[in-house]
Amino acid sequence: MDIFTLQEFYTFTKGNTYLIMGAILVFMPLYWRFLTDRDDD
Amino acid sequence: MKQIVDQIKEKIMEKQVPETSWFSPFNVVTGIILGIGLILTILRFTMGLETVTNLDNNTPWGIWIGFDLLCGVALAAGGYVTSATCYIFGLKRYHSAVRPAILTAFLGYALVVLALHYDVGRPWRLPYPVFYSQGTSSLLFEVGLCVFLYLSVLFIEYSPAALEWLGFKKARNIIIRLTLVLTIFGVILSTLHQSSLGALFMIVPSKLHPLWYSSYLPVYFFISSMFAGMSMVIFEGSLAHRFLHHKMDQTHLDESLGVALGFSKAASLVMMGYVCIKLLGLSLDNNWHYLTTGWGIWYLVELVGFVIFPALLFAAAHREKNLTFARIAALWTILGIVLNRFNISIIAFNYHLPADQRYFPSLMEIGTSIFIVTLGVVIYRFICTRMPILHEHPDYKSH
Repeated sequence: MDIFTLQEFYTFTKGNTYLIMGAILVFMPLYWRFLTDRDDD
Repeated sequence: MKQIVDQIKEKIMEKQVPETSWFSPFNVVTGIILGIGLILTILRFTMGLETVTNLDNNTPWGIWIGFDLLCGVALAAGGYVTSATCYIFGLKRYHSAVRPAILTAFLGYALVVLALHYDVGRPWRLPYPVFYSQGTSSLLFEVGLCVFLYLSVLFIEYSPAALEWLGFKKARNIIIRLTLVLTIFGVILSTLHQSSLGALFMIVPSKLHPLWYSSYLPVYFFISSMFAGMSMVIFEGSLAHRFLHHKMDQTHLDESLGVALGFSKAASLVMMGYVCIKLLGLSLDNNWHYLTTGWGIWYLVELVGFVIFPALLFAAAHREKNLTFARIAALWTILGIVLNRFNISIIAFNYHLPADQRYFPSLMEIGTSIFIVTLGVVIYRFICTRMPILHEHPDYKSH
Protein backbone atom coordinates (compact mmCIF):
# COMPACT_ATOMS: atom_id res chain seq x y z
CA MET A 1 0.00 0.00 0.00
CA ASP A 2 1.32 3.44 -0.92
CA ILE A 3 1.31 5.88 1.96
CA PHE A 4 1.44 9.60 1.18
CA THR A 5 -0.11 11.31 4.20
CA LEU A 6 -0.10 10.91 7.95
CA GLN A 7 -3.81 10.12 7.73
CA GLU A 8 -3.07 7.19 5.41
CA PHE A 9 -0.22 6.04 7.65
CA TYR A 10 -2.46 5.91 10.71
CA THR A 11 -5.30 4.28 8.81
CA PHE A 12 -2.89 1.55 7.73
CA THR A 13 -1.08 1.02 11.04
CA LYS A 14 -4.19 1.30 13.20
CA GLY A 15 -5.99 -1.20 10.97
CA ASN A 16 -3.17 -3.70 11.53
CA THR A 17 -3.05 -2.89 15.24
CA TYR A 18 -6.76 -3.56 15.72
CA LEU A 19 -6.33 -6.98 14.09
CA ILE A 20 -3.42 -7.76 16.43
CA MET A 21 -5.45 -6.58 19.43
CA GLY A 22 -8.23 -8.95 18.40
CA ALA A 23 -5.72 -11.81 18.23
CA ILE A 24 -4.37 -10.83 21.68
CA LEU A 25 -7.88 -10.84 23.14
CA VAL A 26 -8.22 -14.44 21.99
CA PHE A 27 -4.65 -15.47 22.90
CA MET A 28 -4.36 -14.13 26.46
CA PRO A 29 -7.37 -15.99 27.96
CA LEU A 30 -6.13 -19.17 26.26
CA TYR A 31 -2.68 -18.60 27.72
CA TRP A 32 -4.21 -18.02 31.15
CA ARG A 33 -6.04 -21.35 30.83
CA PHE A 34 -2.81 -23.06 29.80
CA LEU A 35 -1.08 -21.51 32.82
CA THR A 36 -3.71 -22.44 35.38
CA ASP A 37 -5.37 -25.65 34.17
CA ARG A 38 -3.39 -27.78 36.62
CA ASP A 39 -3.86 -25.47 39.60
CA ASP A 40 -6.48 -27.67 41.27
CA ASP A 41 -4.28 -30.80 41.17
CA MET B 1 22.68 8.35 72.56
CA LYS B 2 26.02 6.84 73.61
CA GLN B 3 24.15 3.80 74.90
CA ILE B 4 22.45 3.30 71.51
CA VAL B 5 25.75 3.63 69.64
CA ASP B 6 27.38 1.11 72.01
CA GLN B 7 24.46 -1.30 71.50
CA ILE B 8 24.82 -1.06 67.69
CA LYS B 9 28.59 -1.58 67.92
CA GLU B 10 28.15 -4.61 70.18
CA LYS B 11 25.58 -6.15 67.80
CA ILE B 12 27.78 -5.67 64.74
CA MET B 13 30.76 -7.28 66.44
CA GLU B 14 28.64 -10.17 67.73
CA LYS B 15 29.71 -13.54 66.29
CA GLN B 16 26.84 -14.94 64.23
CA VAL B 17 28.62 -17.82 62.57
CA PRO B 18 31.16 -20.32 63.89
CA GLU B 19 34.77 -19.18 63.64
CA THR B 20 36.07 -19.95 60.16
CA SER B 21 39.15 -18.92 58.26
CA TRP B 22 39.24 -15.37 56.93
CA PHE B 23 40.67 -16.83 53.72
CA SER B 24 37.52 -18.56 52.45
CA PRO B 25 37.09 -18.45 48.62
CA PHE B 26 34.23 -15.93 49.01
CA ASN B 27 36.29 -13.59 51.19
CA VAL B 28 39.36 -13.79 48.95
CA VAL B 29 37.44 -13.09 45.71
CA THR B 30 35.33 -10.29 47.20
CA GLY B 31 38.40 -8.86 48.93
CA ILE B 32 40.29 -8.63 45.63
CA ILE B 33 37.29 -7.06 43.83
CA LEU B 34 36.71 -4.54 46.61
CA GLY B 35 40.43 -3.68 46.67
CA ILE B 36 40.50 -3.04 42.91
CA GLY B 37 37.23 -1.11 43.23
CA LEU B 38 38.73 1.18 45.86
CA ILE B 39 41.69 1.94 43.58
CA LEU B 40 39.28 2.71 40.71
CA THR B 41 37.25 4.92 43.04
CA ILE B 42 40.36 6.92 43.99
CA LEU B 43 41.27 7.23 40.28
CA ARG B 44 37.75 8.36 39.36
CA PHE B 45 37.52 11.02 42.04
CA THR B 46 41.07 12.33 41.77
CA MET B 47 41.74 12.13 38.01
CA GLY B 48 38.23 12.62 36.63
CA LEU B 49 35.85 10.74 34.35
CA GLU B 50 38.19 10.75 31.35
CA THR B 51 40.79 8.62 33.14
CA VAL B 52 38.48 5.71 33.88
CA THR B 53 35.75 5.84 31.22
CA ASN B 54 35.37 5.76 27.44
CA LEU B 55 32.50 8.27 27.61
CA ASP B 56 32.47 11.13 25.11
CA ASN B 57 30.09 13.75 23.77
CA ASN B 58 28.35 11.17 21.54
CA THR B 59 27.81 8.81 24.44
CA PRO B 60 27.63 10.66 27.75
CA TRP B 61 25.76 7.74 29.36
CA GLY B 62 27.69 4.46 29.44
CA ILE B 63 27.37 1.27 31.47
CA TRP B 64 27.23 3.14 34.77
CA ILE B 65 23.83 4.37 33.58
CA GLY B 66 22.89 1.40 31.33
CA PHE B 67 23.81 -1.27 33.87
CA ASP B 68 24.17 0.21 37.36
CA LEU B 69 21.18 2.53 37.10
CA LEU B 70 18.73 1.13 34.55
CA CYS B 71 19.30 -2.54 35.43
CA GLY B 72 19.72 -1.75 39.14
CA VAL B 73 16.37 0.02 39.33
CA ALA B 74 14.55 -2.62 37.23
CA LEU B 75 15.97 -5.54 39.21
CA ALA B 76 15.17 -3.82 42.51
CA ALA B 77 11.48 -3.82 41.54
CA GLY B 78 11.02 -7.00 43.59
CA GLY B 79 10.47 -4.72 46.60
CA TYR B 80 7.29 -3.03 45.40
CA VAL B 81 6.02 -6.15 43.59
CA THR B 82 6.35 -8.41 46.64
CA SER B 83 5.07 -5.94 49.22
CA ALA B 84 2.08 -5.07 46.99
CA THR B 85 1.36 -8.78 46.51
CA CYS B 86 1.41 -9.39 50.24
CA TYR B 87 -0.05 -6.24 51.78
CA ILE B 88 -2.29 -4.78 49.04
CA PHE B 89 -3.54 -7.93 47.32
CA GLY B 90 -3.54 -9.80 50.64
CA LEU B 91 -1.65 -12.88 49.44
CA LYS B 92 -0.08 -13.62 52.82
CA ARG B 93 1.43 -16.89 51.62
CA TYR B 94 4.17 -14.75 50.04
CA HIS B 95 4.94 -12.96 53.33
CA SER B 96 8.27 -14.74 53.83
CA ALA B 97 9.53 -13.24 50.55
CA VAL B 98 8.80 -9.63 51.59
CA ARG B 99 11.81 -8.89 53.81
CA PRO B 100 14.46 -10.35 51.46
CA ALA B 101 12.82 -8.50 48.55
CA ILE B 102 12.67 -5.20 50.47
CA LEU B 103 16.31 -5.59 51.52
CA THR B 104 17.37 -6.32 47.92
CA ALA B 105 15.41 -3.31 46.71
CA PHE B 106 16.85 -1.04 49.40
CA LEU B 107 20.42 -2.12 48.66
CA GLY B 108 19.72 -1.95 44.91
CA TYR B 109 18.53 1.66 45.10
CA ALA B 110 21.29 2.65 47.54
CA LEU B 111 23.87 1.28 45.11
CA VAL B 112 22.15 3.04 42.21
CA VAL B 113 22.66 6.32 44.07
CA LEU B 114 26.26 5.34 44.85
CA ALA B 115 26.89 4.52 41.18
CA LEU B 116 25.40 7.86 40.21
CA HIS B 117 28.09 9.59 42.27
CA TYR B 118 30.68 8.01 39.99
CA ASP B 119 28.81 8.90 36.80
CA VAL B 120 27.89 12.54 37.24
CA GLY B 121 30.56 15.17 36.79
CA ARG B 122 29.81 17.03 40.02
CA PRO B 123 28.38 14.45 42.44
CA TRP B 124 28.20 16.93 45.32
CA ARG B 125 25.37 18.59 43.38
CA LEU B 126 23.18 15.46 43.39
CA PRO B 127 20.83 16.90 46.07
CA TYR B 128 20.35 20.11 44.03
CA PRO B 129 17.30 18.97 42.00
CA VAL B 130 15.46 18.03 45.17
CA PHE B 131 16.50 20.77 47.61
CA TYR B 132 17.88 23.70 45.64
CA SER B 133 16.64 24.08 42.09
CA GLN B 134 13.63 22.03 41.08
CA GLY B 135 13.34 21.56 37.33
CA THR B 136 9.73 20.52 37.48
CA SER B 137 9.36 20.15 33.71
CA SER B 138 12.26 17.70 33.49
CA LEU B 139 11.91 13.92 33.50
CA LEU B 140 15.27 13.66 35.26
CA PHE B 141 13.85 15.79 38.09
CA GLU B 142 10.95 13.35 38.40
CA VAL B 143 13.27 10.35 38.37
CA GLY B 144 15.59 12.00 40.91
CA LEU B 145 12.76 12.97 43.25
CA CYS B 146 11.14 9.52 43.04
CA VAL B 147 14.41 7.67 43.63
CA PHE B 148 15.17 9.95 46.59
CA LEU B 149 11.70 9.42 48.09
CA TYR B 150 11.55 5.70 47.30
CA LEU B 151 15.00 5.07 48.79
CA SER B 152 13.72 6.76 51.97
CA VAL B 153 10.55 4.61 51.88
CA LEU B 154 12.62 1.45 51.38
CA PHE B 155 14.88 2.39 54.29
CA ILE B 156 11.84 2.75 56.55
CA GLU B 157 10.32 -0.49 55.21
CA TYR B 158 13.58 -2.33 55.87
CA SER B 159 14.20 -0.76 59.29
CA PRO B 160 11.94 -3.10 61.38
CA ALA B 161 14.45 -5.92 60.73
CA ALA B 162 17.31 -3.75 62.01
CA LEU B 163 15.25 -2.52 64.98
CA GLU B 164 14.25 -6.08 65.95
CA TRP B 165 17.91 -7.06 65.78
CA LEU B 166 18.90 -4.11 67.97
CA GLY B 167 16.04 -4.73 70.37
CA PHE B 168 14.30 -1.36 69.87
CA LYS B 169 10.78 -2.73 70.27
CA LYS B 170 8.90 0.59 70.55
CA ALA B 171 10.35 2.13 67.38
CA ARG B 172 9.85 -1.14 65.52
CA ASN B 173 6.16 -1.29 66.48
CA ILE B 174 5.55 2.27 65.29
CA ILE B 175 7.06 1.52 61.87
CA ILE B 176 5.17 -1.77 61.54
CA ARG B 177 1.91 0.23 61.82
CA LEU B 178 2.98 2.24 58.76
CA THR B 179 3.45 -0.86 56.56
CA LEU B 180 0.37 -0.42 54.37
CA VAL B 181 0.94 3.32 53.85
CA LEU B 182 4.58 2.72 52.95
CA THR B 183 3.60 -0.05 50.51
CA ILE B 184 1.09 2.18 48.74
CA PHE B 185 3.63 5.00 48.63
CA GLY B 186 6.24 2.59 47.26
CA VAL B 187 3.97 1.33 44.47
CA ILE B 188 3.07 4.88 43.41
CA LEU B 189 6.71 6.03 43.40
CA SER B 190 7.85 2.91 41.53
CA THR B 191 5.16 3.33 38.88
CA LEU B 192 6.33 6.89 38.37
CA HIS B 193 10.07 6.44 38.14
CA GLN B 194 10.26 3.00 36.50
CA SER B 195 8.28 4.41 33.59
CA SER B 196 10.12 7.74 33.61
CA LEU B 197 13.43 5.95 33.12
CA GLY B 198 12.02 4.67 29.83
CA ALA B 199 10.58 8.07 29.03
CA LEU B 200 14.10 9.57 29.32
CA PHE B 201 14.97 7.88 26.02
CA MET B 202 12.06 9.49 24.21
CA ILE B 203 14.27 12.54 23.82
CA VAL B 204 16.51 10.68 21.32
CA PRO B 205 14.26 9.56 18.43
CA SER B 206 17.08 10.04 15.93
CA LYS B 207 19.76 8.28 17.99
CA LEU B 208 17.94 5.15 19.16
CA HIS B 209 17.15 2.47 16.59
CA PRO B 210 13.43 2.55 15.62
CA LEU B 211 12.92 -1.02 16.81
CA TRP B 212 13.73 0.06 20.36
CA TYR B 213 12.50 3.65 20.16
CA SER B 214 8.79 3.95 20.84
CA SER B 215 6.40 6.40 22.39
CA TYR B 216 5.45 3.43 24.60
CA LEU B 217 8.94 3.18 26.17
CA PRO B 218 7.59 4.24 29.61
CA VAL B 219 5.01 1.44 29.47
CA TYR B 220 7.66 -1.10 28.36
CA PHE B 221 9.98 -0.09 31.19
CA PHE B 222 7.28 -0.26 33.84
CA ILE B 223 5.85 -3.62 32.76
CA SER B 224 9.28 -5.17 32.29
CA SER B 225 10.24 -4.00 35.79
CA MET B 226 7.40 -6.13 37.21
CA PHE B 227 8.69 -9.43 35.85
CA ALA B 228 12.29 -8.32 36.49
CA GLY B 229 11.36 -7.90 40.16
CA MET B 230 9.57 -11.25 40.34
CA SER B 231 12.52 -13.00 38.69
CA MET B 232 14.91 -11.39 41.16
CA VAL B 233 12.80 -12.65 44.07
CA ILE B 234 12.97 -16.22 42.68
CA PHE B 235 16.68 -15.98 41.83
CA GLU B 236 17.64 -14.43 45.15
CA GLY B 237 15.51 -17.03 46.98
CA SER B 238 17.44 -19.82 45.26
CA LEU B 239 20.76 -18.20 46.19
CA ALA B 240 19.62 -17.82 49.81
CA HIS B 241 18.62 -21.50 49.82
CA ARG B 242 22.05 -22.47 48.57
CA PHE B 243 24.29 -20.22 50.65
CA LEU B 244 22.23 -18.99 53.63
CA HIS B 245 20.20 -22.12 54.27
CA HIS B 246 21.23 -22.15 57.94
CA LYS B 247 19.71 -18.69 58.42
CA MET B 248 16.25 -19.69 57.12
CA ASP B 249 13.57 -20.82 59.55
CA GLN B 250 11.00 -23.54 58.86
CA THR B 251 8.34 -21.06 57.64
CA HIS B 252 10.70 -19.60 55.04
CA LEU B 253 11.81 -23.07 53.94
CA ASP B 254 8.20 -24.32 53.68
CA GLU B 255 6.97 -21.26 51.79
CA SER B 256 9.89 -20.96 49.37
CA LEU B 257 8.50 -23.45 46.81
CA GLY B 258 5.10 -21.71 46.82
CA VAL B 259 6.76 -18.30 46.40
CA ALA B 260 8.84 -19.48 43.43
CA LEU B 261 5.93 -21.21 41.67
CA GLY B 262 3.43 -18.42 42.39
CA PHE B 263 5.82 -15.77 41.12
CA SER B 264 6.59 -17.96 38.08
CA LYS B 265 2.92 -17.95 37.15
CA ALA B 266 2.59 -14.20 37.57
CA ALA B 267 5.86 -13.48 35.73
CA SER B 268 4.84 -15.74 32.83
CA LEU B 269 1.53 -13.92 32.38
CA VAL B 270 3.06 -10.45 32.65
CA MET B 271 5.82 -11.40 30.19
CA MET B 272 3.29 -12.57 27.62
CA GLY B 273 1.40 -9.31 28.13
CA TYR B 274 4.68 -7.46 27.59
CA VAL B 275 5.25 -9.33 24.31
CA CYS B 276 1.74 -8.38 23.21
CA ILE B 277 2.26 -4.66 23.84
CA LYS B 278 5.65 -4.82 22.11
CA LEU B 279 3.86 -6.21 19.05
CA LEU B 280 1.30 -3.42 19.27
CA GLY B 281 4.15 -0.90 19.41
CA LEU B 282 5.77 -2.46 16.34
CA SER B 283 2.49 -2.31 14.51
CA LEU B 284 1.61 1.28 15.44
CA ASP B 285 5.02 2.55 14.32
CA ASN B 286 4.91 0.26 11.27
CA ASN B 287 8.39 -1.09 11.99
CA TRP B 288 7.85 -4.59 10.60
CA HIS B 289 10.28 -4.09 7.73
CA TYR B 290 13.19 -3.62 10.15
CA LEU B 291 12.75 -7.18 11.42
CA THR B 292 14.46 -8.61 8.36
CA THR B 293 17.62 -6.54 8.96
CA GLY B 294 20.54 -7.41 11.26
CA TRP B 295 19.09 -5.13 13.94
CA GLY B 296 15.75 -6.94 13.50
CA ILE B 297 17.36 -10.31 14.17
CA TRP B 298 19.01 -8.88 17.29
CA TYR B 299 15.62 -7.49 18.36
CA LEU B 300 14.03 -10.91 17.86
CA VAL B 301 16.84 -12.55 19.85
CA GLU B 302 15.89 -10.24 22.73
CA LEU B 303 12.13 -10.65 22.39
CA VAL B 304 11.91 -14.36 21.56
CA GLY B 305 15.05 -15.64 23.28
CA PHE B 306 14.87 -13.57 26.45
CA VAL B 307 11.15 -12.90 26.93
CA ILE B 308 9.00 -15.52 25.19
CA PHE B 309 11.31 -18.44 25.98
CA PRO B 310 11.61 -17.72 29.74
CA ALA B 311 7.87 -16.92 29.86
CA LEU B 312 7.14 -20.43 28.53
CA LEU B 313 9.73 -21.87 30.92
CA PHE B 314 8.03 -20.09 33.83
CA ALA B 315 4.71 -21.53 32.64
CA ALA B 316 6.23 -25.02 32.49
CA ALA B 317 7.69 -24.49 35.98
CA HIS B 318 4.28 -23.57 37.37
CA ARG B 319 2.41 -26.38 35.57
CA GLU B 320 4.94 -29.08 36.41
CA LYS B 321 5.75 -27.67 39.89
CA ASN B 322 9.37 -27.70 38.79
CA LEU B 323 11.62 -25.45 40.87
CA THR B 324 14.65 -25.93 38.61
CA PHE B 325 12.70 -24.58 35.61
CA ALA B 326 11.62 -21.58 37.70
CA ARG B 327 15.22 -20.84 38.73
CA ILE B 328 16.57 -21.15 35.18
CA ALA B 329 13.75 -18.98 33.82
CA ALA B 330 14.39 -16.36 36.54
CA LEU B 331 18.09 -16.15 35.68
CA TRP B 332 17.26 -16.06 31.96
CA THR B 333 14.77 -13.25 32.50
CA ILE B 334 17.28 -11.23 34.52
CA LEU B 335 19.79 -11.59 31.66
CA GLY B 336 17.01 -10.54 29.27
CA ILE B 337 16.31 -7.39 31.28
CA VAL B 338 20.02 -6.53 31.30
CA LEU B 339 20.13 -7.12 27.53
CA ASN B 340 17.06 -4.93 26.97
CA ARG B 341 18.45 -2.04 29.02
CA PHE B 342 21.84 -2.40 27.29
CA ASN B 343 20.17 -2.40 23.88
CA ILE B 344 18.30 0.79 24.64
CA SER B 345 21.07 2.69 26.39
CA ILE B 346 24.18 1.43 24.59
CA ILE B 347 23.89 -1.14 21.76
CA ALA B 348 21.08 0.35 19.66
CA PHE B 349 21.96 3.86 20.83
CA ASN B 350 23.87 5.88 18.21
CA TYR B 351 23.37 2.89 15.91
CA HIS B 352 24.10 5.03 12.85
CA LEU B 353 27.61 6.03 13.97
CA PRO B 354 30.63 4.32 12.36
CA ALA B 355 32.08 1.50 14.46
CA ASP B 356 35.19 3.45 15.48
CA GLN B 357 33.04 6.19 17.00
CA ARG B 358 30.78 3.82 18.91
CA TYR B 359 31.08 3.52 22.67
CA PHE B 360 32.53 0.45 24.32
CA PRO B 361 33.08 0.53 28.08
CA SER B 362 36.63 0.61 29.39
CA LEU B 363 37.88 -2.15 31.67
CA MET B 364 37.87 0.34 34.52
CA GLU B 365 34.19 1.13 33.95
CA ILE B 366 33.36 -2.57 33.95
CA GLY B 367 35.54 -3.03 37.06
CA THR B 368 33.68 -0.25 38.88
CA SER B 369 30.30 -1.85 38.05
CA ILE B 370 31.53 -5.25 39.30
CA PHE B 371 32.82 -3.51 42.45
CA ILE B 372 29.42 -1.95 43.12
CA VAL B 373 27.55 -5.26 42.59
CA THR B 374 30.05 -7.06 44.85
CA LEU B 375 29.60 -4.39 47.50
CA GLY B 376 25.85 -5.11 47.37
CA VAL B 377 26.38 -8.86 47.76
CA VAL B 378 28.72 -8.36 50.74
CA ILE B 379 26.30 -5.99 52.52
CA TYR B 380 23.35 -8.31 51.78
CA ARG B 381 25.26 -11.24 53.27
CA PHE B 382 26.32 -9.17 56.28
CA ILE B 383 22.71 -8.17 57.01
CA CYS B 384 21.18 -11.59 56.34
CA THR B 385 23.61 -13.35 58.67
CA ARG B 386 22.74 -10.99 61.51
CA MET B 387 19.24 -9.58 61.16
CA PRO B 388 15.89 -11.37 60.91
CA ILE B 389 15.55 -11.29 57.12
CA LEU B 390 15.33 -14.98 56.25
CA HIS B 391 13.80 -15.93 59.58
CA GLU B 392 11.36 -14.39 62.03
CA HIS B 393 12.74 -12.91 65.21
CA PRO B 394 11.51 -15.13 68.07
CA ASP B 395 10.42 -12.10 70.13
CA TYR B 396 8.03 -10.75 67.50
CA LYS B 397 4.87 -12.18 66.08
CA SER B 398 4.41 -12.00 62.32
CA HIS B 399 2.61 -8.79 61.34
